[in-house]
Amino acid sequence: MATNLAQKPTASADERVPASLESVVIRFAGDSGDGMQLTGTQFTHSTALMGTDLATFPDFPAEIRAPTGTTFGVSAYQINFGARRVLTAGDQPDVLVAMNPAALKTNLGALKTGGTLVVDTGSFNDRTLAKAGYTSNPLEDGTLTPYNVVRLDISKMTLESVKEFGLSNKEAMRCKNMWTLGLMLWMYGRQRQSVVDWLKGKFAKSQQLADANIAAVNAGHAFGETAELAGDMSHFTVGSAEVAPGVYRTITGAESLALGLVAGGKLAGLDIMLGSYPITPASTLLHQLARLKEHGVVTFQAEDEIAAICSAIGASFAGALGVTSSSGPGIALKGEALGLAISTELPLVIVNSQRGGPSTGLPTKTEQSDLYQAIYGRNGDAPLPVIASATPGDCFEVAIEAVRIAVKYMTPVILLTDGYLANAAEPWPVPDFDSLKPFPVTFETNAENFSPFKRDPETLARNWAVPGTPGTEHRIGGIEKDFNTGNISYAADNHQLMTDTRWNKVLGIAGDIPLQEITQGEATGDLVVVGWGSTFGPIYRAVEHAIASGQKVSQIHVRHMWPLPRNLGDLLKGFKKVLVPEMNKGQFATVLRDNYLVDAIRLNQVNGQPFKVSRLTEVIDETLA
Amino acid sequence: MNELSPQKLTAKDFASDQEVRWCPGCGDYAILKSVQKTLADIEADPANTVFVSGIGCSSRFPYYMATYGFHTIHGRAPAFATGIKLANPKLDVWMVTGDGDGLSIGGNHLLHVLRRNVDLQILLFNNEIYGLTKGQYSPTSRPGTRSPSSPSGSIERNLNPCAFALAAGARFVARTVDTDQKHMPEILKRAHGHRGASFVEIYQNCIVFNDGVFANFTDKKSAPERQLRAEHGHRLTFGASNEKGLRLDREKVAIEVVTIGENGITEDDILMHDETDPVLAHLLATLDGPDMPVVVGVIFNNPAETYDAGVTQQVEKARAAKPNADMKELLFAGSTWTVD
Repeated sequence: MATNLAQKPTASADERVPASLESVVIRFAGDSGDGMQLTGTQFTHSTALMGTDLATFPDFPAEIRAPTGTTFGVSAYQINFGARRVLTAGDQPDVLVAMNPAALKTNLGALKTGGTLVVDTGSFNDRTLAKAGYTSNPLEDGTLTPYNVVRLDISKMTLESVKEFGLSNKEAMRCKNMWTLGLMLWMYGRQRQSVVDWLKGKFAKSQQLADANIAAVNAGHAFGETAELAGDMSHFTVGSAEVAPGVYRTITGAESLALGLVAGGKLAGLDIMLGSYPITPASTLLHQLARLKEHGVVTFQAEDEIAAICSAIGASFAGALGVTSSSGPGIALKGEALGLAISTELPLVIVNSQRGGPSTGLPTKTEQSDLYQAIYGRNGDAPLPVIASATPGDCFEVAIEAVRIAVKYMTPVILLTDGYLANAAEPWPVPDFDSLKPFPVTFETNAENFSPFKRDPETLARNWAVPGTPGTEHRIGGIEKDFNTGNISYAADNHQLMTDTRWNKVLGIAGDIPLQEITQGEATGDLVVVGWGSTFGPIYRAVEHAIASGQKVSQIHVRHMWPLPRNLGDLLKGFKKVLVPEMNKGQFATVLRDNYLVDAIRLNQVNGQPFKVSRLTEVIDETLA
Repeated sequence: MNELSPQKLTAKDFASDQEVRWCPGCGDYAILKSVQKTLADIEADPANTVFVSGIGCSSRFPYYMATYGFHTIHGRAPAFATGIKLANPKLDVWMVTGDGDGLSIGGNHLLHVLRRNVDLQILLFNNEIYGLTKGQYSPTSRPGTRSPSSPSGSIERNLNPCAFALAAGARFVARTVDTDQKHMPEILKRAHGHRGASFVEIYQNCIVFNDGVFANFTDKKSAPERQLRAEHGHRLTFGASNEKGLRLDREKVAIEVVTIGENGITEDDILMHDETDPVLAHLLATLDGPDMPVVVGVIFNNPAETYDAGVTQQVEKARAAKPNADMKELLFAGSTWTVD
């Protein structure tokens, strides 16, 4: 975890000898109109280009522009970066940048005692304080005593820095975030060029705005360099992390998922047809794939969630790889069509970027509470494989695996990600595409003795004949089909046989996925912490601490949620206790209990935030006590 | 098979080996026969033809066709059909739906497939009742329809399918009658010839739950007096000796029925059918009243660019702009850095 910045830097600010840090957590917080997400992503990009490892946590309101200055309109972006492997966005920020009273009010509680608070005093007045619900000014009433407060009139200095460009007051104030970014880039010795390049591209149509924003970045940077703020703030360096050699880029979960789906399509030899309907936080995948037409990707923004999945199933019927993406409420609407894809045994990938539920719930907050829905949530006995990604970069591999299973077994596959993974960024070693094993699809073209439900005896997958092929004309649908001919059959024994076959086909996939590995620690011990999805980072750190402090704790992180890896039950038996932290009320714990009769202990949190390492450490200690 | 040209398929060649399971006397049999005949007439390639349906009596249709077929879920056939066309725009897609499937549970999808103008044929079998679920009133049932779910008579106003299609932006809207084995294949051929979403409403008699609901204009006796066959470039006349016709009341912007030879009315007073005119199409689709005929035929035909062609163009344009787009380039896109 991040080194405590509370200790005042030992190097004198006057000597300008950069203090060296192992890792730092910064949180940028401001009004949703202040451009905090842009500030955060640009700081992230600059940091990544310098070879520093990082993890991020964008945290924004569901409203696009909530009323200015209100606490519910605060948007924040947290980044943890360091000269070591960074696995979480950090429990507590070392540095909080608060652009207005509401941002201070909602984020101060997260700041470490003794942490640095950079605050725009220019945004503090009676009106904004009242809007944020302050009865007295925290800058003056002693609220900030426990922190290292850097008071800057960022608003005024920004206006000064862009004066010469003749912007309106509103436009000029919009450069505040770039001034702040310039200051933070200086503070942590980050390069500015990538930001300048990005601004030139973003404002390609307005030289004036490009120049003003670049001037604001430079002014913030220059301020840091020249200001005499001895003791308050100083220049820190965060070195490069010890990471494996290779070519890297930053990537968010949505980006790596899009790349993985395209890669999966190419490995299968199929074009991709994404049917999707806009929904937070899943829309990013639609946006990503809509720009990849040259790779044979067709995206269809359907009229609703149901049409989205139905169009994808139609595409699969016609010989493409149908993909649909949504979040919990949208997946609920897709339920009936999912049953049809299971019944007609067509390949399909369904991506669920999970968010807080039930119903509309918390659209922009992360949760992993759709596991029951994924494994069980359909009418009839309707099994399908479920797979979950652990980190933003992991979405790439998981997407390829989902495509592989879908086409090999002629089945819909649900891929679980979440709001945190979709938006969070991390440095990603760019994979060597040529090293990935292709799994080309062979369509059935032999008309002789053709039946659409003739199966591969090993995988139980039915053959796939697509319209346009002479001789294999056939009709399929959601009514039960005869095991041999594929024609409609209401026969009772046949239904038993078909239900068993669909069930066995999906369970059989367990023989075709990797055995579960112990992610960290020994194969036996006092406690195993079992996780899945985006909780990987915090669990890894907590278990790492536990092992380092001599506790007999191991970690198992599961990717294949259904069917489960065939050795998972045996692995669990090697431990006295099993702890399952989840961002839900204990859904995977139920699955483990059901399948292995294991006394899985639940650790549940649904506050829209990723787990804190410190909380996990506490519970590990309690469980072992 | 026709011995003279062994390649040419007959209507029978388009029938699958499955036993047809509609009630004896159902109007669907006549429609099936007409569609099979049409496919033979247009020399359709069974391998390239796909029938897609939702749920309901009409939606069993694909099982009886010796082509590709997909019997999907209730109301969603337009979305499946769209996906099929996007995956392979060369396929010839026919969609079969009913008044419940297409206008109740699937009304949203029907609206959008028409609006987008996806290149396919949509056959809506309108029997003004739910058949497969045993006779409840449907969105096209007339007010007062007594059914198991409306024992005191339905109190909903009925929807006019062709008016719905026109309002949704359909570029081809036509109407025909199940028993009219001469008219229907002609209309189906026209629908097939139109590039884009072609909407055909077929009045279909449900012999069990709504028998005779269209008899007042489909019976051999009443048809000439109550049915008007619209033909492009021809006067909109009807009656046993075509003595009646439609005239535009310009003050009310409404259609009135007049008789040629009465009150100085001549043939020149009768409206000429222009199937490219959307205003006339709406007036014809919504003719209503005891003295008004029911208009059948191609009510509107005014082609526009299709959705699938637009999608294909965008993909081709992107591919032409980046002919060497490969996965490697995509993976390395943006800013990268090297760790040694």
